[in-house]
Amino acid sequence: MRTFVAFMKKEWMEHMRSGRIIILGLLFVLFGIMNPAVAKLTPWLLEAMADSMEESGMIITAVEVDAMTSWVQFFKNVPMALIAFVLLESSLFTKEYQSGTLVLALTKGLHRTTVLCAKSVILVILWTVLYWMHYGITYIYNDFFWDNSIAKNLGFSVVCWWLFGLWVVALMVLFSTIASANTTVLVGTGVVVFGCYLAGMLPKLGKYLPTLLMDGNSLIYGMKEPEDYMMALMVLAVSGVICLGVGVPVLNRKRI
Amino acid sequence: MEILQITNLKKRFGDKEVLKGLDLSVPEHSIFGFIGKNGAGKTTTMKMVLGLMSPEEGEITVAGEKVTYGQTKTNRYIGYLPDVPEYYSFMTPREYLTFCGEITGMPKAEIKPRVTELLELVGLGKEKHRIKGFSRGMKQRLGIAQALLNRPKLLICDEPTSALDPVGRKEILDILLAVREQTTVIFSTHILSDVERICTDVAFLNDGVITMQGKLSEIKAGYRTEQYLIEVENEADADKIAAKFLGFNTNGRESEKNGQKVLVFQEKEHTVHEVMEFITKEKLPVLKIERMEPSLESLFMEVVAK
Repeated sequence: MRTFVAFMKKEWMEHMRSGRIIILGLLFVLFGIMNPAVAKLTPWLLEAMADSMEESGMIITAVEVDAMTSWVQFFKNVPMALIAFVLLESSLFTKEYQSGTLVLALTKGLHRTTVLCAKSVILVILWTVLYWMHYGITYIYNDFFWDNSIAKNLGFSVVCWWLFGLWVVALMVLFSTIASANTTVLVGTGVVVFGCYLAGMLPKLGKYLPTLLMDGNSLIYGMKEPEDYMMALMVLAVSGVICLGVGVPVLNRKRI
Repeated sequence: MEILQITNLKKRFGDKEVLKGLDLSVPEHSIFGFIGKNGAGKTTTMKMVLGLMSPEEGEITVAGEKVTYGQTKTNRYIGYLPDVPEYYSFMTPREYLTFCGEITGMPKAEIKPRVTELLELVGLGKEKHRIKGFSRGMKQRLGIAQALLNRPKLLICDEPTSALDPVGRKEILDILLAVREQTTVIFSTHILSDVERICTDVAFLNDGVITMQGKLSEIKAGYRTEQYLIEVENEADADKIAAKFLGFNTNGRESEKNGQKVLVFQEKEHTVHEVMEFITKEKLPVLKIERMEPSLESLFMEVVAK
């Protein structure tokens, strides 16, 4: 346990001193503010453009915006935030293999499993804090400008997206134990997520795939209910645990 | 007792067989020079001792315990300094050593004084900067400090002096000599003067096997050649001696005039007394008469040439 804490401390120090925390923090705060800001600015923007649009034959009538506009924007921005997160964190393991910094730590008796656990936990903590911060900012602004209660299943839909992020983290960890370069981690994670996304377009398969959880809009508009997401949640939980479980023996056999 | 014992170690990379049944034993409290050409397999051997690479065949024991690949328990006995040590460069040396202390499971109260003591030993006591800006020599010294942190029974250094300037090399060798009381040191190198300076035992690795191994003094004694050297003051005298003795060679090793005033004799051909008698009779002024010791370099060349 002590070695785990020591390694976590090291990870935290690295994130702080490399400035990664600040970049990620700013990015997620920015996304959080952008959601209500875009919603708030939409009528004004359209009004400003109305004259030129009228010339091309489009007539703008009064545009109604509410909390829903902002939440739709939220579900549009979360994938961007997740991509930024994956890009910035994809080298968390591979940088250590490439530079050889793990060699000294491992020859001091540090267990490889501890490395895997500490790095996974730091990813989980980062994603959780950043995501909920993003959500919190949007929620507070929305509450101030409009009324959040019109969004149905809001709590469930954002929890789904958070879990989807954790699933991506598990994929990243698995590919980080297999690959030696962060590009492989990015490609591997990307291919699995995109593959699931494509496969999800098949109606029969869609409800089993974790990518279904990205569809928060259907939930808040009430087109789908939490029950429809249960199978996907189960698959997500099982496959996530398998990813982490497989990562342990793979890392143990890795030549470092 | 042997702190490190390797038997019949084999390893191949692709179709290149790097180690072909290596046997090695390192006695406790020795400074063990592990000598071989570049690419001979020294680093490979060391990485297998550390459980960072799996052997194809053979067994390695450290302090009597078998080394396993992956989760390597025997590493608690070992301090390791790689040829190019890589640290978390965002840390200061003190932070790095403290981190190392924590992951090795040293008692909390012990870490701080031990870190201070080691930083003093390697001359980094006052260094407050991050490792990022360190010179190679400073990194190498920090490497020794981290390797000694948990008072290992075996300190493994992979070419610790290869990339350093003479001052840096001397510092490292002095530190290794100083720690001999506390631990056994095994270091790989191809710089033979370093070995002659500090090693008690040596092993030559060539062509995937250990070709020679033992106490440095014994190996040198075993290879003592029957040669002696005479240096005279002027060239004319050297010619005089050469005219008297040289040119009567019986076997491959020849007595010869080596330089203008230096003559090398084979004891088998002309005994030292015989030559000295002539010198005395002719009253020739002599600068020195010396029994020639084999240098490690000549041994190395001989081993490699076999």
